[in-house]
Amino acid sequence: MSAHPYMPNSTPEMERELLDAVGVADVESLFAQIPATHRMKGELELPPALVSEVALRRHMLDLLARNETCEQNLSFLGGGIWQHHVPAICDEIVRRSEFLTPVWGTPSSDHGRNQAWFEFTSQLAELVGMDFVGLPVYSWGCAAGFAARMAARITGRAQLLVSDTISPERLAVIRTYCDSDALPGRIEVELVEHEPATGAVDLTDLQRKLSERTAAVLVENPSYLGIIESQAADVAALARSHGAETIVSVDPLSLGILAPPSDYGADIVVGSTQPLGVHMSCGGGAGGFIASRDDPRYAHEYPTLLLSISETVAGEHGFGMALFEQTSYGGREEGNDWTGNSVYLWTVANAAYMSAMGPEGFAELGRLIIARSHYAASKLGALAGVRLPFENGFFKEFVVDFNGTGKTVSEINRALRDRGIFGGLDLSHDFPEFGQSALYCVTEIHTQADIDTLVAALEEVVT
Amino acid sequence: MTPRRYHAAVWDEPLVMEMGAPGRRGVVFDSPEPLVAAAVGDPDSLVPEGMRRVERPVLPELSEPEVLRHYLHLSQETLGMMGVSLFGTCTMKYNPRLATELAARPEIAELHPAQDDDTLQGVLELVHGLDLIMRGLSGMDAFVFQPGGGAHAAYTHAVIARACHAARGELPQRNEIITTIQAHPCNAATASAAGFDIVTLPLEENGYPSLDALKAAVSERTASLMVNNPDDMGVYNPEIDKWVEVVHDAGGLCFYDHANFNGVMGKIKARELGFDACMYMLHKTFGAPKGGGGPAVGAYGCTEELARFLPEPVVVHEAGRYRLDRDRSESVGKVREFWGNVPQLVYAYVWSRAMGADGIERAADISVLANNYMEKRLLAVRGVTKSHPHLTAPRMEMTRYSLETLERETGVTVLDVQNRMVDFGIDAFWLSHEPWLVPQPFTPEAGEMWSKEDLDQWIDVLAHVIEEAYTDPEKVKTAPHNHPIRRLGGTDLNDQANWATTWRAHARKHPGAAAVADSLAASP
Repeated sequence: MSAHPYMPNSTPEMERELLDAVGVADVESLFAQIPATHRMKGELELPPALVSEVALRRHMLDLLARNETCEQNLSFLGGGIWQHHVPAICDEIVRRSEFLTPVWGTPSSDHGRNQAWFEFTSQLAELVGMDFVGLPVYSWGCAAGFAARMAARITGRAQLLVSDTISPERLAVIRTYCDSDALPGRIEVELVEHEPATGAVDLTDLQRKLSERTAAVLVENPSYLGIIESQAADVAALARSHGAETIVSVDPLSLGILAPPSDYGADIVVGSTQPLGVHMSCGGGAGGFIASRDDPRYAHEYPTLLLSISETVAGEHGFGMALFEQTSYGGREEGNDWTGNSVYLWTVANAAYMSAMGPEGFAELGRLIIARSHYAASKLGALAGVRLPFENGFFKEFVVDFNGTGKTVSEINRALRDRGIFGGLDLSHDFPEFGQSALYCVTEIHTQADIDTLVAALEEVVT
Repeated sequence: MTPRRYHAAVWDEPLVMEMGAPGRRGVVFDSPEPLVAAAVGDPDSLVPEGMRRVERPVLPELSEPEVLRHYLHLSQETLGMMGVSLFGTCTMKYNPRLATELAARPEIAELHPAQDDDTLQGVLELVHGLDLIMRGLSGMDAFVFQPGGGAHAAYTHAVIARACHAARGELPQRNEIITTIQAHPCNAATASAAGFDIVTLPLEENGYPSLDALKAAVSERTASLMVNNPDDMGVYNPEIDKWVEVVHDAGGLCFYDHANFNGVMGKIKARELGFDACMYMLHKTFGAPKGGGGPAVGAYGCTEELARFLPEPVVVHEAGRYRLDRDRSESVGKVREFWGNVPQLVYAYVWSRAMGADGIERAADISVLANNYMEKRLLAVRGVTKSHPHLTAPRMEMTRYSLETLERETGVTVLDVQNRMVDFGIDAFWLSHEPWLVPQPFTPEAGEMWSKEDLDQWIDVLAHVIEEAYTDPEKVKTAPHNHPIRRLGGTDLNDQANWATTWRAHARKHPGAAAVADSLAASP
């Protein structure tokens, strides 16, 4: 058996040298702690090894060739994982072995990485208008779930009110995080209706459901259906008047042109980190953040690691963990929820992205996206049998109603696929009240020509 | 022997918030096309009144090369695995760069999780293939990759245990999770977050909790056992199969936290030991990179009986086609959006296929052999002892050591030694999870990717630093000396007056620093 390329000690000579140094005859004797009855029965059956990188690469390319991508096709899929432009330098930076491989280190040894993390929290803080930002969590939905649990601890209450237009994916995660079934600690998740005319939160229904039991109101802005919640300040004021926290859930890319949640009364802000320089990767680009005011009332309830700027003995900037004892690492089951690995590498891409964008980049991008998405919506809405339930007041996603075409979204998307187009997300299963409707996403990567191609294809398909 | 010299890059790199000049741009976008502009008018008018951003975010203004060089400098001020890293319990592993290349290709990077299954056949086959590999190693019946880390997989188990006992009509009664003081804190923490009470068993003289203690702990309230084996000291509990019987007899489930799988890969199977579920960390054992803390994957596997509760979607293979099964009535729902950190699955699949069954078994052999080699040499170093020295059987892939003697004799602590070793390019070693059962603990793990020369270098550096501790303790106590920065001062970061998790908070608490931020804000 030849030496394995990943294992420098896999030569017979090296194994012998190590065995001799230990003073045993064979490796088997080193497994003496494991009783014979525990040992695996039979052989380990795995697919054949492809030790040669030539063979393995070929196998992988054959496998990957069975995927169709959003580069080969024109995709209008969004809904929480979005196709945005990733600047080439973001990829160059996150592939650096120094950023790819660290595990924990010390404030001195991995100072550069820690500084990049701090630049992530600092720049995000400017976008959302909050002073306190935790290190990231697994995803946007997980951030929302953790924020709900924070609010429940802060208020001592056990109900979360959520707009019923929330993403089904995120809602499913929030339900898991808030649930405890018949065990203690359950946070009841109740949906607040939307106004049929605008898609925005129905303030009357919100008022009806708010009570002294309500820990928090979670409002997405823009919502899953793309709607900019122009009454978000009223939502926050209502929540406050009942002693409840307001959690605002944002797409950070909208914040070049949309007001930061701090402007309209957010207590806690959550959102996705994926649009900030991370590829979709079939959902593997997901990441979430939690931010709030710099107030012990909030700070003491974070489950995340909290990186603070500090000073070295020589007066240099350095970074250390604040409030470590309140994490599960420090306190086991007494800690706030739990912390662990999340998506720290992506925060380096996020930091590089935000610093390359700058204030003008975010503003320019926001204006481009909102212009092109409205152009696309108006063109689609003009097609026979196609309707826009919410004609304006959205950012980059919008609902397209195909009920008048007599075709299902599924049929339409199949026909679009034959034309090299991935149509919008089918809403018919999760939002039956909209019938055959789809959620279309338009970003900076979609040119006017792309949109016109979609419109022409849809015209063929629906007529 | 004098160790090889090392010195980190020192750039005195300013914070990005302090850099740049007004008007510089790192990314620009086209204006909307004339026809688009004509159709929609002024983009700002499309934002409802009252929701428009009035003040620009105070972000730096930098050109593209400045951003690139800044972050390259920061990368150089990061040691990562550029030196020798034997960080115990995390199994520092080679991350095949073939996977880095593949995951960056559009066939992975530019996929949307809501694409039609027909357009995702390659990635679905990869996920299913990895599922089969995990089944082969564990004997379990099904795996999912939705959990975004090991702790998240432990949480997934707690949620599944909850659903399982609810389905049996026993939930309010079964409200306890049993774990051990040597199990990772995430087991207790996630089970508590799911609503359970925690029972933690202490270690006894054999280095693991006794069967009698377990028997005394189980009852009709037991929902599940959540335990690792071997533990972080390299001690394998030889009664683990009996533990499973005791918990099963009481009506509870058994979850195997396989964080420490490297020494037992291909040696034992969780299912054959009776476990109902287990978890592998793909960013530890299976070659996915650490990334400083993710993206990661906790691969969660279980028996057929529990599979109906798995988070959805689950990848299924039928009639020569792969599809995502989202219609699972008893599923616990979701612990995270979508179906997993796909780039990390590419690493795990590539690593597993490159290794094969023989390679994986050899890796376990080599990691246990290398650990015992290290132990032999380390125990010959003055001031180094190991936990539970009366246990004479060879440890598995890790051994827990103590510098208690060194600290007593010199006043130099394990943290001082850790800092000083980095002066020679040795990544900070792992100490121990809380609570410290062993005083002044440290826990190296050799694994299979490090050469004997690397291991010798690590040990030589430790021996050198300990020699310094006896001859020139100040040198060690004031370490590091060769890092990008010195050690942190004593500022209490648990005090609101001191902590600042963002630059704007720092600027507010330290008005001197705010001037820079203000000058940026004032730019047009």
